[in-house]
Amino acid sequence: MTEMNSVLPPLSERSNVLRWIRKNLFGSVLDSILTIIGVLIAYWVIKGFLTWALTTARWEVISANLRLILIGQYPLEQAARLWIGVAFLIFLGGNSIGIWARESRFSVALLLSPAILALLPFSSGPRTWLIVLSVTGLVGWWLGRSRPEVLRRSVIIGWVISLPIIILLTHGFTPVDSGGVLAIVKTNLWGGLLLTFLLTVVGILFSFPIGVLLALGRRSELPIIRLASVMYIELVRGVPLITILFMAQLMLPLFLPQGVTIDRVLRAMVGIVLFSAAYLAENVRGGLQAIPKGQFEAAHALGLGKAQTMIYIVLPQALRLVIPILVGQFIAVFKDTALVAIVGLLDLLGIAKTVLAQPKFLGLQREVYVFISLIYWVLSYGMSYLSQRLEERLGVGK
Amino acid sequence: MRKSLLLVSMLIVASIIMTACGSSAATDAPAADATEAPASPAGFGVTLETVKARGNLICGVNAQVPGFGYVDESGNYSGFDVDYCRALAAAIFGDPSKVEFRPVTASERFTALQSGEIDILSRNTTWTLSRDTELAGNFTATTFYDGQGMMVPADSGATTLKDLDGGTICVQTGTTTELNLADVMAAEGISYTPAVFEDADSTFAAYSEGRCDAVTTDKSGLVARRTVLADPSAHVILDVTMSKEPLGPMVRHGDDQWFDIAQWTVFAMFAGEEYGVDSTNVDDMKASSQSPEIRRLLGVEGDMGLKLGLDNAWAYNIIKTVGNYEEVYNRNLGPDTPTFIPRGYNSLYTDGGLLYAPPVR
Repeated sequence: MTEMNSVLPPLSERSNVLRWIRKNLFGSVLDSILTIIGVLIAYWVIKGFLTWALTTARWEVISANLRLILIGQYPLEQAARLWIGVAFLIFLGGNSIGIWARESRFSVALLLSPAILALLPFSSGPRTWLIVLSVTGLVGWWLGRSRPEVLRRSVIIGWVISLPIIILLTHGFTPVDSGGVLAIVKTNLWGGLLLTFLLTVVGILFSFPIGVLLALGRRSELPIIRLASVMYIELVRGVPLITILFMAQLMLPLFLPQGVTIDRVLRAMVGIVLFSAAYLAENVRGGLQAIPKGQFEAAHALGLGKAQTMIYIVLPQALRLVIPILVGQFIAVFKDTALVAIVGLLDLLGIAKTVLAQPKFLGLQREVYVFISLIYWVLSYGMSYLSQRLEERLGVGK
Repeated sequence: MRKSLLLVSMLIVASIIMTACGSSAATDAPAADATEAPASPAGFGVTLETVKARGNLICGVNAQVPGFGYVDESGNYSGFDVDYCRALAAAIFGDPSKVEFRPVTASERFTALQSGEIDILSRNTTWTLSRDTELAGNFTATTFYDGQGMMVPADSGATTLKDLDGGTICVQTGTTTELNLADVMAAEGISYTPAVFEDADSTFAAYSEGRCDAVTTDKSGLVARRTVLADPSAHVILDVTMSKEPLGPMVRHGDDQWFDIAQWTVFAMFAGEEYGVDSTNVDDMKASSQSPEIRRLLGVEGDMGLKLGLDNAWAYNIIKTVGNYEEVYNRNLGPDTPTFIPRGYNSLYTDGGLLYAPPVR
């Protein structure tokens, strides 16, 4: 539609595939040679990959172990709890799309993707759940779209309580043998994508407030707070995440009294949060420094106190500025969680290594790792896409 | 101002260095702690009580070694080291499922044991003097005599080291494996050309490209590496062992009763094989065997189990639910599995191996 308003190019240059190819790919002799070489390489690589993926690859290792890859050793008879948790998230997601991004066709298509996945040869249980997911998502979308004003507040509350709800659903609270509704599933049974997801979400959500506080602390006028923040940030940034995870898994148990043990998953979560908070603090500080002094002065002139200035004037602008960096940081946290495989947790990567040790599927490294990378890529790209949407809505960079 | 800044930055650097040292010396540091204070918590009988009160055994395993420890499709732990944990649970509770597996990595395994996070470590750990002393652990018994092995392509027809005379052998440089290979070959008077590589990956890559006639490393490592080759079934591991790598379960210092239980669980499995008692015939044996050894082992005569602090049916439970040593070996490393390792030293002493259980009496 936009072309209508702009001046049309002359007839000879109007979009035409052949013409475009000639102009852009075969403009000169060098261009032609590079194009041909490029096409040959692409052909060679893609053909090799496709031949392997469609003929020699033994994908049954994935289908046989899909449950392990997705939820680890989480007991299957309890898996309904996880589906309910995902359905809750998708409902909130649908609701949010309905309220804030109602025209986005892509987002609606996203809600349909579980139902499309259901076309794959799953057993009836997962298939039903996948369709349920899509239906909940669409219902949420429709509700959000039809009465956005009413739902806005409850959706925000829903998102706020979603993490405790998900953790509660996953962990449960009644003792295993009591036959209660939500029997406890110990964290040593959490694995695969479930563990990666929880580590990431906890890592992001908890490191964010800590990081913002550290950033403010670093700019504080109170020397002790400033020094403490600086020392914390520089100390943590000075060591690699794997060191912190090793500390949490190896050193911490030795400092604790005999018999007292802290859950390993919790230790890893704390390690990731502390690490990520230090980086986040620096990112946020970048945003804070970019706020012109005039903003502070104007706030002061309006009679706002220091705290109010920060909360209502500076932080919203600063955080909006650093959204791209923050999302980059979040994606990094997501991928960094793979390091917990080195300290013996069976996250997505850890479980992949375990699957590879099954005598039935020995030597299928390529299949398993390609599949795992695909999961990482889809989720990382999803986060990146959402952040771009968010930036557009908030007008970052305009 | 500048001076204090310098001081602060020096402090930070120092603390970073200390953290770094801390993590690299993680395996040494606990030794000091634990030898000083094996005091009350790990005292006699405490571990069994704790385990019984908890209602399950916590066993540290490796989750990523084909044949020894891995998670199968339905999410259950399987493997040679894993079956030992089940046997111990069966000895204590009469139920092999009362065990919680904790995957531990090579670096954290000893800490996990010392801190009480796991009750026993059953994770392809080599018995050495320093681990037995400095790390405040005790190796109970050797369940698997690993050692440097040799892998050749199946179609080469080689079955002994002598068949490799004049050939090229891929080996990782700077390792005891390399020195060991030289010693063994010199002792046997076999000439060979070593093809040395910097790391394990390139060593095996060279072997898979056919640049050498054989490749050598620890046998359990060979089994794992073989799986990565294009056609694992086209390679065989020779029935020779060129070094000592005794692997077995390890417990903390300070609780001798727990040590005894862990050790006799292994011996009961050896004895089961020696006396021909396996999971299929254990009920018949218990009912009708006249052999005093078998009757004592299965708890028909004497109070062997009570002496360990267990039920008299402890060994019966092990053999009934998990099996004797041979059954466990064949299930995980036997000729019908993709992770086949010839038994070699891991045969009974009556068959020329090293497995020998003291008498149950």
